[in-house]
Amino acid sequence: MAELRALVGVKRVIDYAVKIRVKPDKTGVVTDGVKHSMNPFCEIAVEEAVRLKEKKLVKEVIAVSCGPKQCQETLRTALAMGADRGIHVEVPESEAERLGPLQVSRVLTALAQKEKAGLVLLGKQAIDDDCNQTGQMTAAMLDWPQGTFASKLTLEGDKVTVEREIDGGLETIRLKLPAVVTADLRLNEPRYATLPNIMRRTTRQPGRWEATNPSLHRPPSVVLQPLPVQVYHCTYS
Amino acid sequence: MLRLCGGRLAAQLGSLHGSLQKPACGSVRGVLSCIDPSLGLNDVQKEFQKVAFDFASREMAPQMAEWDQKELFPVETMRKAAQLGFGGIYVRSDVGGSELSRLDASVIFEALATGCTSTTAYISIHNMCVWMIDSFGNEEQRHKFCPPLCSMEKFASYCLTEPGSGSDAVSLMTSAKQQGDNYILNGSKAFISGGGESDIYIVMCRTGGPGPKGISCLVVEKGTPGLSFGKKEKKVGWNSQPTRAVILEDCAVPVANRIGNEGQGFLIAMKGLNGGRINVASCSLGAAHASVVLARDHLILRKQFGEPLANNQYLQFKLADMATRLVASRLMIRNAAVALQEEREDAVALCSMAKLFATDECFTICNQSLQMHGGYGYLKDYAVQQFVRDSRVHQILEGSNEVMRMLISRNLLQE
Repeated sequence: MAELRALVGVKRVIDYAVKIRVKPDKTGVVTDGVKHSMNPFCEIAVEEAVRLKEKKLVKEVIAVSCGPKQCQETLRTALAMGADRGIHVEVPESEAERLGPLQVSRVLTALAQKEKAGLVLLGKQAIDDDCNQTGQMTAAMLDWPQGTFASKLTLEGDKVTVEREIDGGLETIRLKLPAVVTADLRLNEPRYATLPNIMRRTTRQPGRWEATNPSLHRPPSVVLQPLPVQVYHCTYS
Repeated sequence: MLRLCGGRLAAQLGSLHGSLQKPACGSVRGVLSCIDPSLGLNDVQKEFQKVAFDFASREMAPQMAEWDQKELFPVETMRKAAQLGFGGIYVRSDVGGSELSRLDASVIFEALATGCTSTTAYISIHNMCVWMIDSFGNEEQRHKFCPPLCSMEKFASYCLTEPGSGSDAVSLMTSAKQQGDNYILNGSKAFISGGGESDIYIVMCRTGGPGPKGISCLVVEKGTPGLSFGKKEKKVGWNSQPTRAVILEDCAVPVANRIGNEGQGFLIAMKGLNGGRINVASCSLGAAHASVVLARDHLILRKQFGEPLANNQYLQFKLADMATRLVASRLMIRNAAVALQEEREDAVALCSMAKLFATDECFTICNQSLQMHGGYGYLKDYAVQQFVRDSRVHQILEGSNEVMRMLISRNLLQE
């Protein structure tokens, strides 16, 4: 469907190669000064979306990240891989720790409706919390079908065929769009960003943008600027 | 991109299985704050440094030992690197280059060298050759030669050194006599990296009288009658690149293949070498960085006398010295790279100083890391010995460190 918009969620997590240390007060792990990068499963989701765009099955790939301003680095990586636009839902650092799958799925629900996305692609889980909930919750809130743990994705017309890796082996299901799909390891091999892409995408600085949206229960209203990365501020109760 | 299924996450799991066989890069991307090579870089530079590190740890590090032991020239891997833009990093984009700065190139080579120093060194030589054609060639030459070189569809070699002229490069004797539309070349070049495999040879030859003003730069394509190669040299390191003598016997090269004007060759060579020195020093940096990380990991893991080696103050201090000299080398190189790209008048001296300092210090760092590994460091199963062997030659080529001292003292003592 050449009019299809794909919304891809990307999460900024501690890099997989880092040796994690627990904070002295035992409230969590040390994140200050620690190398972060895009969640590997989110990379796979971005790669799949970009491949669909290259096959002309998807019109636009929009990357979304929720969190403090460092999330913009993750969005830049997504842009360098081939995403068209990035949306940063800004959550102040102090509240970021309370951000979990429930809150993120509310944001994704609102954005999917606002951006009129037909496909929401996420990683199956994040490597920091291993929740494996955001995709499923988002589908439920949107009342869309879901294909989780996808190891193969085929778009045909208004249907998407998803081959899932499940406990018993492989299961193939067919969903009617719009749908939510979460990527598993063997869906694809993410590309490296090329130097020209990095230069092209990352030199466009986000800058201060207007954003308003006080509540997650209502779709965010935003004054758009023609820049590749948009920022929404969000507070939630 | 041929990677094993789930390569990255498999590597993540694999790195939990002890330090033997662990690729050097597994922990290179972790948190080692004071030697973190991304400190001081802007966001864009950090982005492509990350790509280079990823590429090094996934595409190069797992194979560096095999490339070294079997003496394989990793054409496919280098072409993958070129697809990312690493084939012509500071070459203009209208001929396929990435049009980045010298500092960007240094950052990239440093990162790639943590994967395989020898292969990265060859990639940097290739980059230097493409740059020469891009900077000094005419439009026709640029559009003819640069695009296939930037994509690494074709490989390039740089031919300056001869059996009789190494440090005394000006005394080169390969002659090029004009006959009609061709130059007829006679002579031989020694120690040519990529020799025999490369498609394009940038040959410095004598078209005029003695001295620097008689030297010109010619592009000789493989397959030209009269161009042949010596035997593949057996080396202590740099084994992933073939090194051969390049022999020219009545080799006819079109005048149209001359880069720049007659007599401009030496100037081109020297300008190329300034950047080449930063590049080779950056490769040393990568090797040293990987070696420090390996040493650190080993000190934490290895126990003797009832405790990890890391509790031993001598080794702690030694590691601190290694880290300090690594950062000092890095700063010198990056400073020189900026001076070069800004065309400052002290650029030549700075490049020489950076090359001298960094190649010496980084080799010592690699060597000390090997020492810290004890007997294991001497085994080819461990990467540190390859970093030592590969970085050793950086003190010799691109202008030996003795020649660097000549250039620096000349700068100081000139009236």
